[in-house]
Amino acid sequence: MSEFKIGVRVMPREVILDTQGRAVEKLLKQKQIEVGHCRVGRFVELDFNEASQDMALSKAKLIAETVLHNPLIETFELIPMSVTGR
Amino acid sequence: MSPTNIRSDHQQKNPSNRSGNSSAKTSRSKVGVIRFPGTNCDRDVFEALEMVGLNPEWLWHLDRFEAKKYAALILPGGFSFGDYLRAGALASRSPVMDSVREAAQYGMPILGICNGFQILCESHLLPGALVKNASLRFQDQWVNLRLVNSHRSFGATLQPGASLALPIAHGEGRFYTPLDELKRLWDAQQIWFTYSENPNGSLQDIAGVMNKEKNVVALMPHPERAMQAWMGSEDGRIIFETLLG
Repeated sequence: MSEFKIGVRVMPREVILDTQGRAVEKLLKQKQIEVGHCRVGRFVELDFNEASQDMALSKAKLIAETVLHNPLIETFELIPMSVTGR
Repeated sequence: MSPTNIRSDHQQKNPSNRSGNSSAKTSRSKVGVIRFPGTNCDRDVFEALEMVGLNPEWLWHLDRFEAKKYAALILPGGFSFGDYLRAGALASRSPVMDSVREAAQYGMPILGICNGFQILCESHLLPGALVKNASLRFQDQWVNLRLVNSHRSFGATLQPGASLALPIAHGEGRFYTPLDELKRLWDAQQIWFTYSENPNGSLQDIAGVMNKEKNVVALMPHPERAMQAWMGSEDGRIIFETLLG
């Protein structure tokens, strides 16, 4: 068994008005910092004690699908981050 | 209100029932009012129900209950679990929501108000999602609503086209669903209320929707805050009164 850290990146769908991104854009503009477009999502780290990375990824996928993201308004991506203790 | 107070109120079941005759009321008038950590319109809803002669009873997010005990359920507004991840997301995964889902299948009338609307969408008991207001701000103001399709339990005597003045108070009230689903909702007569003037960027001015079976229903404005003339409007009463049948 090893410790697997899996990241879940959740982003608002393109069709959704990303209000947080707009707020950040506005602030950057006020500070005269040039930026084309800013989108704000969230990043969640999950730690699993599993026999393989595939098993950790499949658990992370289930959590992301059922809790961490709402498919109507968001997309998610799984990002393996680290393995320790093998 | 501290979480400790909420818990102790819950254990007392009916803290503000001053009528003293609740035992005379039947389960026909018993309405479960569901509270999550962060709910803050619960007492308003409780008192609004008492005001129209109904018999409210608290339900806590950890409770499970038998559907046949209640004539209806209400999920009041406020916040829930800090609205972390998304508004209503964590509350929708609470133990009490398993019983709410069973009650919904059983055909019980269930009303969500504001955060209750968000929780019902996150629970997949209602279509769509509620995302941040287009204004990027929390909005607290009076709005005029137009009834699109009557609901058989909440505000049942209202006819399509009827107008209600109710207050809103939300940061995430912009109703969103993909356009093909939106068309399906209109065709299936699942739109309950629209705003006369859209305050938050909701798609097609939608303020309230119902499920396909028409027993689960929700709106962003707060009828419990418009129960008497001194509150600014009495238009909210009818939403609760018609539960008496």
